Amino acid sequence: MLNIPLWNRIVIWGLVALGLILALPNLFYGRVEQANDARAAIVQAGATPEREAEAAGWPDWLPHGLVNLGLDLRGGAHLLAEVQVADVYASRMDALWPELRDALRGARDEVGTFRRVDEGGDVLRIRLSDPSGMARALEIARGFAEPVSSLTSAGSNDIDVAGSGAELTIQLSEAEREAVDDRTIRQSLEIIRRRVDEVGTREPTIQRQGADRILIQVPGIGSAEELKSLIGTTAQLTFNAVVSRTTDGNANPGTGNMILPMMDDPNQFMILERTPVVTGEELTDSQPEFDQNGRPAVTFRFNPSGARAFGDYTADNIGSPFAIVLDEEVISAPVIQSYIGGGSGIITGNFTVEESTELAVLLRAGALPAELTFLEERTIGPELGQDSIEAGRIACIVAFVAVMVLMGASYGLFGLFANIALLINVGLIFGLLSLIGATLTLPGIAGIVLTIGMAVDANVLVFERIREELKTARGPSRAIELGYERALSAIIDANITTFIIATILFTLGSGPVRGFAVTLGIGILTSVFTAIFVTRAMIATWYGRRRPKTIEV
Amino acid sequence: MRLKLVPDETNIDFFKAATVTFGASCVAMVASIVIWAVMGLNFGIDFQGGTTIRTQSVEAVDVGEYRDAIAPLNLGDVAISEVFDPSFGNDENVAMIRIQAQDGEESVTQQTIAAVEGALQEVDPSITFPSVESVGPKVSGELIQTAFLAVAASLGAILVYIWLRFEWQFSVGAVAALFHDVILTIGLFSLLQIRFDLATIAAILTIIGYSINDTVVIFDRLRENLIKYKQRPLRDVMNLSVNETLSRTVMTSGTTLIALIALLVLGGDVIRGFVFAITWGVVVGTYSSVFVAKNIVLFLGVKRDWTKPDKNDGNQFAKIDA
Repeated sequence: MLNIPLWNRIVIWGLVALGLILALPNLFYGRVEQANDARAAIVQAGATPEREAEAAGWPDWLPHGLVNLGLDLRGGAHLLAEVQVADVYASRMDALWPELRDALRGARDEVGTFRRVDEGGDVLRIRLSDPSGMARALEIARGFAEPVSSLTSAGSNDIDVAGSGAELTIQLSEAEREAVDDRTIRQSLEIIRRRVDEVGTREPTIQRQGADRILIQVPGIGSAEELKSLIGTTAQLTFNAVVSRTTDGNANPGTGNMILPMMDDPNQFMILERTPVVTGEELTDSQPEFDQNGRPAVTFRFNPSGARAFGDYTADNIGSPFAIVLDEEVISAPVIQSYIGGGSGIITGNFTVEESTELAVLLRAGALPAELTFLEERTIGPELGQDSIEAGRIACIVAFVAVMVLMGASYGLFGLFANIALLINVGLIFGLLSLIGATLTLPGIAGIVLTIGMAVDANVLVFERIREELKTARGPSRAIELGYERALSAIIDANITTFIIATILFTLGSGPVRGFAVTLGIGILTSVFTAIFVTRAMIATWYGRRRPKTIEV
Repeated sequence: MRLKLVPDETNIDFFKAATVTFGASCVAMVASIVIWAVMGLNFGIDFQGGTTIRTQSVEAVDVGEYRDAIAPLNLGDVAISEVFDPSFGNDENVAMIRIQAQDGEESVTQQTIAAVEGALQEVDPSITFPSVESVGPKVSGELIQTAFLAVAASLGAILVYIWLRFEWQFSVGAVAALFHDVILTIGLFSLLQIRFDLATIAAILTIIGYSINDTVVIFDRLRENLIKYKQRPLRDVMNLSVNETLSRTVMTSGTTLIALIALLVLGGDVIRGFVFAITWGVVVGTYSSVFVAKNIVLFLGVKRDWTKPDKNDGNQFAKIDA
């Protein structure tokens, strides 16, 4: 019979109420968002009267999870970056060279003379004057190998050393490359996250994608270009020894050196030693300030090992210039006046206040371990997103009303039940989206509209079945019951297949498409729930009260 | 008084014009493939690489003027089109500019975009750029692969699921119908040269989802009726099943189409291509469920006895019958 146990009804209506309460904050989007931001600010930066007032805009005891709006709705920038992990291989080789050089020099009697013949690639090539020294040279070079520190490749060494004829080649081993790749991506992720957080935008997405890619989505930022400059494509800060100055950008810098332009004057170039004295990785702090003349400047402070290296270098080179290099440009090349022992200093240049602030942020966040190239970039203006939300909202309402009219006209009272279920259904979709913190995108709105159209399907299946069962005239109660029972297999099969599609879309899609898959999938779950349980509970209650002799569906 | 889109009792012979309907489907599929081969698809930047810039201005869009402004930059193939939408006011004149991926550039250059924006601002100082999107050729190649994989995986998953729940003939019929829908959608996109991008792939997958939903409902009824009427010819049972579910088919397609048309007209131009694809798919999907899927099942024939097989059947003992 149509008796649904009380506990069953409680569970059904309880779930509906829960879903609707979770969806509630989305009706007051602006206010709740403001209150949430204010609460976060109070936790972080302490309470102020304005923040307290804003936080009070939405009661604490109500749920305050909101549906995240995707970039296409809120506006912002999207970047897909590829980390040039091979950069790190080269810098590892560069770092190995001085130590190896000293070790080989120590065994000059056996090895003979030698020189480095590569130009800073990921393979270190050393040519010996006499091939007979190769055996000893290999032995020394292999002494630098260390076991790879990862679980999957235990037992292998970090460098591959080989010699043929008079040439000794050293490169990172396959296992070490993998380990380095992983470390580099993690480090890049962390640094990008810190840099984006410095600006304090809301809910940025920073994710690793595949082997060497990073997806960065920042809502509310003006353009992809702005985001790129914030992340700092190559913001590698180094302090290098200066060899000479020149005005010829094509001059041959000589082995082990490089030629870089000055930031203030692109026609001036400096020849620098390739191996830096200190790198930005050893910076611990950096602040925008003003120098004695009141011009914007940036202060910096090194960690102990950086301070020692910097101190030693300044002590040995008083009177000669050294270069501060950022983004392959020489920011300035001051002359060392005295031994700088404390590990802190100040960079002056032709900065504006904004530039000095941004530079300090970049320095503080640390240098990226490798360069990023951008494979994909998208900028969406906030007005366009607002227009899309508006259009989506109107389309939703119109679709809603039209579907409800059609259902009401076709199924009468039962259509009304289905319509109430449809309203609950959309509420539940928003409730679930808020609960799992999913992101609503423009195709996601399309998914909701499509769900409005398709959600009635399960009810239609049941109602049509009830109509058929009524013809066999076994009484309305039995017809309703059979209608639900017999329509079930069609409902389940039809929705499982659609759910499979939604899952595939979610797995293989990205960004907006994924947003569509999420709303479609959730829409399937909620529409099956509302059709099988909610309308049934409504119909059972109605039937139980009225006990009509005949029903019309 | 109830609104009845379909009369209570229908007895339409859906196989009467089978040669015409099934033939039309075959012809449409062949035509789609030919159009696709000849005209190609108007790939968006997702699949081809390149940059699209959306411009908005208070002044009317002059495509020729824009073209002349960008021409000196030597960017190769530049497509400019004005965008119309009922929701735009008089001071909202929108155009889309698409620039092909530049030779020898793996990633996107900001200089190109800045140069285009600068050139356009000279022509029309009030112009703004509500969205700028660039995709490098490396990513676009992978996106094509992923898209192809997604469609193939969906068809494969459905093939297996229907096979498990029904019989292999149903599974073949359902997937053939889906294939029909996908090909026809691609054909239409090729014929009208509508931009084909990632969203279109999502739309195609949605079409697959909708169409299979429709097909499964009919199959479910067919399975039920096959048990009920063991002696009637398969053709009649199929007609009966389609007739019985016709009212539901029309009702669900109706509500879905109403919702989609609302979105098509009012949802804004950004997702119009996407919604258009789904709307078209609902129409062909409904058609294919009724006229394609079951024709193939009929052609393949189907096991009629859905009761459990007799355990003693086929052993060494002979059978005796009265």
